[in-house]
Amino acid sequence: MKTNPNAKLDEDWKSLDGTMVLNIPFPEDWTDDELKRMKPIVVKFPYQVNYLHSYGQDSPWFAALSNGQLLGTRCKECGFTTANPKLACQECYTPNSTEWVKLPMEGKIHAFTVCYFGAEAFLDQTPFILGLVEFEGVDTLMLTRIVGLDPEEATLDWIGLEVKAKFTKLTQIKPTDVYFVPKS
Amino acid sequence: MARKKVYMVSGGVSKFTKSRQDRTFQAIVKESYDYALKDLKLPAKQVHEMIDGSTASYFSDHFTRQLMAGIMVQDYLGLTPRPSHRVEGGGATGGLNFQAAWREVASERMNLCVAYGFETMSHVNTWKGNEFIALASDISFDFPVGGFYSGYYAMMVTRHMKEFGTTPEQMAYVSVKNHRNAMYNPYAQKSAKLTVADVRNSPMVAWPLTRLDICVMSDGAATTLLADEDTAFQLTDNPIEITGVGTGTDAMRMADRPHKDVVLAPNEKAEDYVGDQFHGGKLKYPGIHSFRAGRTAGNMAYKMAGITNPLKELSFVELHDAYTSSELQTIEDLALAKYGDAGKFMESGAAFMPNIDYGLDFTGEQGTLPINPSGGLIACGHPVGATGLMQAVFAFWQLQGSQPRHFQAMGMDAEKAKVLQLEDPHKGAIHSHAGTGTYVTVSILERPKGQELEFRR
Repeated sequence: MKTNPNAKLDEDWKSLDGTMVLNIPFPEDWTDDELKRMKPIVVKFPYQVNYLHSYGQDSPWFAALSNGQLLGTRCKECGFTTANPKLACQECYTPNSTEWVKLPMEGKIHAFTVCYFGAEAFLDQTPFILGLVEFEGVDTLMLTRIVGLDPEEATLDWIGLEVKAKFTKLTQIKPTDVYFVPKS
Repeated sequence: MARKKVYMVSGGVSKFTKSRQDRTFQAIVKESYDYALKDLKLPAKQVHEMIDGSTASYFSDHFTRQLMAGIMVQDYLGLTPRPSHRVEGGGATGGLNFQAAWREVASERMNLCVAYGFETMSHVNTWKGNEFIALASDISFDFPVGGFYSGYYAMMVTRHMKEFGTTPEQMAYVSVKNHRNAMYNPYAQKSAKLTVADVRNSPMVAWPLTRLDICVMSDGAATTLLADEDTAFQLTDNPIEITGVGTGTDAMRMADRPHKDVVLAPNEKAEDYVGDQFHGGKLKYPGIHSFRAGRTAGNMAYKMAGITNPLKELSFVELHDAYTSSELQTIEDLALAKYGDAGKFMESGAAFMPNIDYGLDFTGEQGTLPINPSGGLIACGHPVGATGLMQAVFAFWQLQGSQPRHFQAMGMDAEKAKVLQLEDPHKGAIHSHAGTGTYVTVSILERPKGQELEFRR
């Protein structure tokens, strides 16, 4: 590594990309005080992995989505019915009590928002409508995208609106394989 | 069960800022640690030697990209080989850590325990940061749909509005209050004199939440020192007792939460939630409009502290206002207003400081129970693992009456530094909150009877 004896230690320098680092300023004669006033060195590097995520016992829910069906689970003991799978009942402690059930293909918007910003992964999709859908006879809600409403016309009147499930043509094995649109 | 009395004896905050590239996390924690140690009767070096061990809080391994960061703080502070462990629970990480330190002392395992916490969130851009935070939502069912915490909270808002008639303008009152209070807190990351219109006209993030309804990301650290009675009075003449500790939980996914009966607070009756004003004639609870974990934590802490009417008995509350809407929701969880009434409670002026002109018209008496006198997360910032401890430090200084001195030490002029000091605070509540209301802690801090305030107005 080359040093640059003329550089000032307290000057700002840009983030350094990668590992080829040359000419970091560093005087031949330095004092303790100078080093303690030194601007921080910031290095930047990519940070990415391929990750294996198993849906485990919830896998049938995603398989059903890929085949245009909505599944939930119901507790055989207390009847608590969930829109997303819970192979253990969260409301009554009864081991192995829940069973897979078909969900209705229609529901109502329980709550919603329009996202104008988002996590980096979804920024290019903004503005999009996130919604929680309620189903007749089901105790919990389903988080989903709502399509077919104008994001610029958001209104509380959307709550209670009847919606129906639509499925993407190409499955990605993600919860976004289903989305909801106004029924009429 | 006989439980040992536990006191907070000192605290320190490393000022929260957007980015602290000048120091690594260990050195940022040390700033708050050094401050806490020097604010006692005995020399800092002696206090350091008296510490029996620590509890450490930081939320995200993704932000640090360093596992076991806690032990790196422990050795940097020179606390090895004393006992320590990490505490983590999303946004409530700091509050959980405060309670972990309380347990160390209450259980008599330690006489003097330090709780330190930090977060350094500036290592990635804001939207990647939002993605890291959204990983604290179910990665099978929630994150892929559009993982974004502001989006999750905004859905709660639309439901709260529909259920109770709450308005975005009532939420904006919270932003006006917290940003304005922060003008007198030199530790705040942001402060501003705002109007309701400013908040509503700020860029929309997730309808109806605007940028000024939402807290920012920060780098920062905080430290609290907790002690048993003998040690406490050896270290300071005005320790503050921790008289109540409560913790609650709820399902990770807000979509999974049931719609059942309200968990009642000590000052509520079942009839309060029956009537035509509720959809279907009865409030369904918690749904997504309310935080059952917060209600549970509050009830537990109130019971332990012997509080039956929190609105009358508390002098102030420092609560987790990551969103203006969550301040309103939390006011209800903590039984400071009935479920559904927090919007009106905010308009009444009760939650504002009594001595600041906010440029708002109130419908009731101003300043009867200041909420987030410090400016809260919205103004002070939210370096997750430090946030709950920061609240403890502000509450502690408030109850000691030492806040003006600490604010002056940050370079604020003497008159300005007195503004946020309440006249005669006895009991304060701190509230730390994770996820969409998954882990919530409430702790009650109390000035011992007969103990004088350091500064009296």
